[in-house]
Amino acid sequence: MSYVWTIAEQSKGKIKSVSFELLSRGRKLADKMDTKLSSILLGSNVTDDSLQELIYRGADNVFFVDDPRLENFIVETHSNVLSDLIREYKPHSILAAATSSGRSLMPYVAIQVNTGLTADCTELDIEDGTNHLLQTRPAIGGNIMATIKTPDHSPQMATVRPKSSRPLPIDTTRIGKIIRLTLKDELVDNRVQMIGFRKDDEEFVNIEEAEVVVAGGKGMKKQENFAILRELANRFDGVVGASRDAVDRGWMSYPHQIGLSGKTISPKLYICAGISGSIQHLAGIKTSEHIIAINTDPDSSIFQLADFGIVGNLFEVIPALNKRLEDYKREGK
Amino acid sequence: MNIIIPIKQVPETSNVKMDKETGTMIRDGVESVINPLDLYAIEIGIQLKEKHGGKVTVISMGPPSAQKAIKEAIAMGCDDGILISDKKFAGSDTWATSYTLSQAVKKINDYDLILAGERATDGDTGQVGPGIAAWLDIPLATYVSKVGEIDKSSITVERLVEEGYQILKMPLPSLLTVVKEVSDPRLPTLRGKKKARATEIPVFSLENMDLKIESLGLKGSPTKVVKIDFPKVTRGGKLVKAVGDDGVKDAVNELIKFMEEKELI
Ligand SMILES: Cc1cc2nc3c(=O)[nH]c(=O)nc-3n(C[C@H](O)[C@H](O)[C@H](O)COP(=O)(O)OP(=O)(O)OC[C@H]3O[C@@H](n4cnc5c(N)ncnc54)[C@H](O)[C@@H]3O)c2cc1C
Ligand SMILES: Nc1ncnc2c1ncn2[C@@H]1O[C@H](COP(=O)(O)O)[C@@H](O)[C@H]1O
Repeated sequence: MSYVWTIAEQSKGKIKSVSFELLSRGRKLADKMDTKLSSILLGSNVTDDSLQELIYRGADNVFFVDDPRLENFIVETHSNVLSDLIREYKPHSILAAATSSGRSLMPYVAIQVNTGLTADCTELDIEDGTNHLLQTRPAIGGNIMATIKTPDHSPQMATVRPKSSRPLPIDTTRIGKIIRLTLKDELVDNRVQMIGFRKDDEEFVNIEEAEVVVAGGKGMKKQENFAILRELANRFDGVVGASRDAVDRGWMSYPHQIGLSGKTISPKLYICAGISGSIQHLAGIKTSEHIIAINTDPDSSIFQLADFGIVGNLFEVIPALNKRLEDYKREGK
Repeated sequence: MNIIIPIKQVPETSNVKMDKETGTMIRDGVESVINPLDLYAIEIGIQLKEKHGGKVTVISMGPPSAQKAIKEAIAMGCDDGILISDKKFAGSDTWATSYTLSQAVKKINDYDLILAGERATDGDTGQVGPGIAAWLDIPLATYVSKVGEIDKSSITVERLVEEGYQILKMPLPSLLTVVKEVSDPRLPTLRGKKKARATEIPVFSLENMDLKIESLGLKGSPTKVVKIDFPKVTRGGKLVKAVGDDGVKDAVNELIKFMEEKELI
């Protein structure tokens, strides 16, 4: 029986947490088929302890292609390497994260190895009898859920949104193999050069990988008012997001935008204030686990999606909430 | 600089309302439009042409009615368009769509750059752009937020990634998928509309394209949809009013209780 693979990601030698989230998904599938789970990592300068963590979090094998030329993600080279591994080891299925690299790598590889790929799956299962990977994903802004399979091609491949599953706890009794591979020179593609990296926005955030997102919309009235949201976000170690209206007004930069023409997020907790809940905004937050909304208008659509809604003035409610959380932290209740 | 822009025609969802009873989208009488995220590709394409010369060709794969999307793009300032249409193309997944579109690009042959939208609002996969690049074996940059310097053989772009912006120097031809930050789409002009009306839109079909029949449409697609569900979008959550100082206090206390229950604090 061929194995289940998950694609791990690293940045500057550090394994990203999304790699562990994928392992918990992969573990379930591998167990159901009674096969093994391998974690595939392309990068450089990753410590043995970090590789070992992949095993403690669910992997049976870790394949690590270790080369400085793999440190930065360049889709041409990374896809050559992954396609080469697929041709050699013939995995049953591959899960990758729906990140900026996973969403570039996987569609490129799907063509190279001639198989299908399903994007942004929210549920994955193995069909009894056939061992087909059942891939369920939202489409049309989350208004339909489609279950898809790839019956006649191999491997069966899917991407999964960051934060849509929890990593397994570390289990130091788990035993697995770490297999280091060298990069074959002929797989290196030098057509594209990374010539720089920019991070000029001090508040640059990775809202797709945050557990808690606190967002504001046009109802925030002006840029300075986002300070109360920032304070709230900090209480949860979360980050601040915004509706498109708030971004178009220049109150927040584009990387903070949530929705159809911004980012799609699946945090554990989404809190929003002064956002009406347009269909384009809702498309980006539907897969959040818990949604809390504050809006003066009881009829605003955001309340249809909220698990807890407060009809009220955000300039009264948010400061009161901040104060209450402060007391809560001090008194433990 | 000759640019090809693959655009998709999708149902217009900006004005779509939710059915409060069923919690689903009301799609009756919904019009078709250019995929809104493709407008950013069209705009930056036109800007590059205006600066560096050459022409912009939009291509769209879909039913004959997709001609309307092509004409709209021409009204915005694109030079010409090609409709890629055949009954045999129906039901294509992203693999088959990107194959068919890449064969259309090969038929056009003369191009320096392909610009695609980041994803389409209906299929919502973002896989077709990268797929076209892979079929053509040309370099790819996704999530492009800025197009910088261009010379005869290369282009510098910034792509938005989790930690910041990666700056890449790409050879030509390459394929870029773009995000909203890249441009601010213009509206069609009257003159453009006139031109669009007068422009013939050639059709590429099975007959005049070099295609492997087994790679087309529903049959040629590796992925198969086996089930469709319409989930309730509404969550039926709790709603509390916060009026007056005491009201706000009570509402916040209830929210704290909710967060405790859900183990959020
Ligand atoms: C192609 C396309 C793509 C789009 N992509 C996106 C996207 O990615 N993300 C996105 O967000 N939008 C997107 N939009 C825009 C979307 O249609 C809405 O215009 C936008 O989401 C509205 O933002 P908003 O909720 O902040 O503003 P509004 O709709 O104006 O809502 C403001 C809300 O604040 C409330 N409010 C005002 N004052 C207070 C107060 N003191 N306390 C509490 N509440 C208050 C009001 O009741 C109102 O509900 C897109 C649109 C199109 C056509
Ligand atoms: N049928 C199509 N015809 C032309 N271009 C398309 C088609 N489908 C997708 N595209 C292009 O690929 C991008 C991503 O689409 P998708 O992978 O469907 O989310 C779109 O923004 C378009 O630029």
